[in-house]
Amino acid sequence: MDRSRRRFSAAAGALAVLPFSRALAAPVGGTAELGFAEIPDGTLAEQGLFALPGKLPLIKKTFRPPNFETPIQYFRTPITQNRAFFVRYHLAAIPEVSAKDWALSVGGDSAERELKLTLAQMKKEFKAAQVTAVCQCSGNRRGLFEPHVAGVEWGVGAMGNAVWKGVRLKDVLAKAGVKAGALEVVFDGADHAPLEKTPDFVKSLPLEVAMDENTLIAFEMNGQPLPHWNGFPARLVVPGWTGTYWVKQLASVRVVAQPEKNFWMATAYRLPRGKFKTPTFQSQLYSPNEPITTMVVNSLITSLKSGQQLRRGQPLVVNGIAWDSGSGIAKVEVSTNGADWREAKLGKDLGRFSFREFSFSMPTRESGSHVVMARATSKAGETQVNELIHNPAGYHHNVIQRIYVEVV
Amino acid sequence: MKATLILPLALLMGNAFSQEGKIALKDGPGKEKAQACLACHSVDYIPMNSRFLDKAGWTASVNKMINAFGAPIAKEDVDAIASYLAENYGKK
Repeated sequence: MDRSRRRFSAAAGALAVLPFSRALAAPVGGTAELGFAEIPDGTLAEQGLFALPGKLPLIKKTFRPPNFETPIQYFRTPITQNRAFFVRYHLAAIPEVSAKDWALSVGGDSAERELKLTLAQMKKEFKAAQVTAVCQCSGNRRGLFEPHVAGVEWGVGAMGNAVWKGVRLKDVLAKAGVKAGALEVVFDGADHAPLEKTPDFVKSLPLEVAMDENTLIAFEMNGQPLPHWNGFPARLVVPGWTGTYWVKQLASVRVVAQPEKNFWMATAYRLPRGKFKTPTFQSQLYSPNEPITTMVVNSLITSLKSGQQLRRGQPLVVNGIAWDSGSGIAKVEVSTNGADWREAKLGKDLGRFSFREFSFSMPTRESGSHVVMARATSKAGETQVNELIHNPAGYHHNVIQRIYVEVV
Repeated sequence: MKATLILPLALLMGNAFSQEGKIALKDGPGKEKAQACLACHSVDYIPMNSRFLDKAGWTASVNKMINAFGAPIAKEDVDAIASYLAENYGKK
């Protein structure tokens, strides 16, 4: 009931603000102006700002299933607000789940017992846990791939950083009891496809990742219940791992002794083996490729646009955010001449899984063009790449940005 | 009380999502058959993925929809749909 009322007012509010604004003068969400390759021309022509119920106007990629990207201005703070947080679904049948009726099923052939846990039971029976972590779609920046690859043609905003609060998955699994021989933990959400033949979106994690103290079943995001579009009433939070594993509207958790081989594990979300230095999902190595796992180090300049003119004497300000899979950001370096690199100042450390702000400023004494670049290095020693590591599904784009500004 | 709240919500959602209906496939031979794509996803998936796929690329996409996702498209219609997509949304 409360849920219905809240959703009703949110929907009314969103529609009153801005139902649709394709009539804007310039295309929205282009990436050339950010110093990257441009997204496909068809994408640029099709996308526009649109507010889903309860959300701010975001960059609409597709309506059904809903795929909406966060515009760059919301990355000028290290925490991404709930109403601006990106939305990503594979399957179009997305139910409204009420908190009162929701219950999580826990079991599987490698669990000692079956559990059914309501939201109230979860909150009462397990210790609360919290983590600040980046949720980034595996295919964030897919649209920047050259040559282009098919899929949702994301620009830079299929990501966000939030304070997630809930309970530890390992505490829930301990209550169910994990048998010797358990290999993976399998997650299913309440969403499904319009057609029965379409594989349901089901994901698995290695047991040790499921048992990690940072892996949560979250009910809250930035101090509020999760928005419907971000997994209300409960979602998985897997800090460091790409968004595909962060199952929304979590319905069941199964501990199993065999690798989960449904389409979303065996075929989708895979990379050519050994192409990236990310951890290997050992139990899923039964074909020439391997599942994507953790994020690669990356950064985003949020203070400049390519082609921007600055008056001589005005400082050149290079601000942005950097993140990796959880070693933390060691340094962000900025270059304004394509040759020399100087360290930017890092902002407050909000935790090793969080966006880390950086800032840099230099006086502009002479007229001329500057190429502005920022490159992040993680505490694990990984640095952003100069050239794209192309892969068929368009994952892990972390090419250094090149923004051109002119001092006049 | 609950019912009175749910009804306006459904209407509002209907309005919001009716924006989807404003996007139409381009006219051309094969358009009718290509409408089958819309059982599972909105039209915008198609222009979003343009123009960078050739006919082989669109054929691979249509086959993926049938084989991986169970799209209700007859095998004999694949060529007509891929030709339509390549002509209207393909690499020139």
